[in-house]
Amino acid sequence: MSDINVQRRQFLKTSAGLAAVAIAPGMLLFEVAHGKPEAVSNKVRWGMLINTANCVDGCNDCVTACNKENGLAGGLNSGGLSPTDSQWIRKIELKDMRGGRTLSLPMMCQHCEHPPCVDVCPTGASFKRADGIVLVDKHRCIGCRYCMMACPYKARSFVHEPLHDQNPDVPRGKGTVESCTMCVHRIDRGQQPACAEACPNKAILFGNLNDPDSEIAIKIRTVASTQVRADLGLNTGIRYQGL
Amino acid sequence: MPTSSFNKNEQRYFYSLVAAGLLVVLTGLFAAHLMEEHGHIITGMNNQIVWGIPHVFAIFMIVAASGVLNVASIGSVFGKPIYKARAPLSSLLSIALLAGGLTVLMLDLGRPDRVIVAATNYNPTSVFAWNVLLYSGLFGLVSVYLWTMMEQRMNPWSKPVGLAVFAWRIILTTCTGLIFAFLVARQAYGSALLPPMFIVISFAWGLAVFHVVQSAIYAWNGKTHAPDIVKRMKNLLGIFVMAALYFVAAYHLTNLYFAHQSGFERFILIDGGLYPRLFWWGYGLLGNLLPLVLIFHPGLGKTRNVVAASLLVILGGFALLYVFVIGGQAYPLSIFPGYAASSSFGDGQIAQYSPSLPEILLGFGGLGMAFLITTVSVRALNFMPHDKPYIAD
Repeated sequence: MSDINVQRRQFLKTSAGLAAVAIAPGMLLFEVAHGKPEAVSNKVRWGMLINTANCVDGCNDCVTACNKENGLAGGLNSGGLSPTDSQWIRKIELKDMRGGRTLSLPMMCQHCEHPPCVDVCPTGASFKRADGIVLVDKHRCIGCRYCMMACPYKARSFVHEPLHDQNPDVPRGKGTVESCTMCVHRIDRGQQPACAEACPNKAILFGNLNDPDSEIAIKIRTVASTQVRADLGLNTGIRYQGL
Repeated sequence: MPTSSFNKNEQRYFYSLVAAGLLVVLTGLFAAHLMEEHGHIITGMNNQIVWGIPHVFAIFMIVAASGVLNVASIGSVFGKPIYKARAPLSSLLSIALLAGGLTVLMLDLGRPDRVIVAATNYNPTSVFAWNVLLYSGLFGLVSVYLWTMMEQRMNPWSKPVGLAVFAWRIILTTCTGLIFAFLVARQAYGSALLPPMFIVISFAWGLAVFHVVQSAIYAWNGKTHAPDIVKRMKNLLGIFVMAALYFVAAYHLTNLYFAHQSGFERFILIDGGLYPRLFWWGYGLLGNLLPLVLIFHPGLGKTRNVVAASLLVILGGFALLYVFVIGGQAYPLSIFPGYAASSSFGDGQIAQYSPSLPEILLGFGGLGMAFLITTVSVRALNFMPHDKPYIAD
């Protein structure tokens, strides 16, 4: 009888030890992966103010930085961009049809407060984080492309081909829709989005729209800025100066 | 009664038809497999034209699936005996078309393997999510409706269930129209006129499909239509075609009145290349003018004219949807009103689209599936309309 008890005790001890050894690295990695212990909150609203006066015609540095950061081919593999290539940020050249004034600006997901892509997504794969960043859950997206139809800014791309050499920080998936994440992985590490950092003329100002003392909030209070298609009432997180 | 030799041949014809239908379905499934394997790169769709020819097929079948039930509704809800005799066939066609349309829609998804995600995660603000419920609900409801009609003990229930089907399909087609009506930023869509337009269009397309199938079944069984019935049903088709045309005209005329929409209308109606050609020749001439002549011209209006008119209405429907779905996306989004825009992402430019073979085969696969379900069911069960000798109304 007592023999059996000893064996059982031994077995339980060994099992507990083995379980601890098995779980511990996972727990440690879990801690490492979640760089910030607190969850994102709506006290923060991330946004950008783009000064079109500083955006140089022909400069593509923000686009190149975005492609590199997020592992997008950017047409490099196929000798030029095709209509099926993903473009999370693009340069648009504009010409005022009345006065003839020309300007150049970067266009990407506008991270709306009321995003049409989130409204129309059947599965809830398109979602808005508490801090205002609009994202796609790649595990939930079924690839119906309704969000692409609904986006007024044509900000979204569909992954048409199998992917290779992905950036581990930025998982993507063939057959799902994707768009600018505002470099959420960098923001969560306390860094700036790649495009804002790469702009040689500091045309892209990134910051917390909800913090009245932030540089972006002060700038938006003091200079005239516009939202693209403000008539739609989406309250975009990306604002433009000089448009 | 058919002779034994005819019987033998007839069976051979039947199996040939089933084999042909099966072949088309399998080819469609193979195309879908290729699309999943290689990605949508092997289709003509891209980041500008995100919905292509599979959606034209799927929307046609889903809209017609709702409209074909009109025959049953006129019988059950409004109590017209000649339509009541056709209610089972109308219900069967609805199920077949819905199955075909939904299969195409589902297999065109970027991740068709995740269809279970669509069934388990509902976003209550998404009209697509509503449609998942509405489409599967219609399947169930029409199946119950068929049961109440074909099982004698259930007959007393066929009227209330028929009423439920009527309400359900009106809501369903409203929501099909809402898919586009909710797209506020696109010039081609975002109009409250679209849901009623889709409902009326569904009446015309559904009845056209019904005419074709009914005539095929009659011919197959060596029967001829009573002229009275042909006359009534062809007149109804004519009225539906004209009502649909009215809505399409109203949609374009209201757009023409808004200054900011005139560029889009000019593109669709005049200088958009393929799109105006499809609109005027495909939808206008083949889909409306010719069928109306075939239906209402004093010397015409016989069964074979009505079948020809119905086939033309179907063809015109495809032309209209091509212009609506693909032409609507080809015209550039107005992101910066008042500015001429250009970029590497097609801003300010007409988007190009040429459908590839796999996506066309997928579309036909859906049609094949509807054909197969109809052919086998009509053979196995009693869907032949049985008219009483005396028509009361």
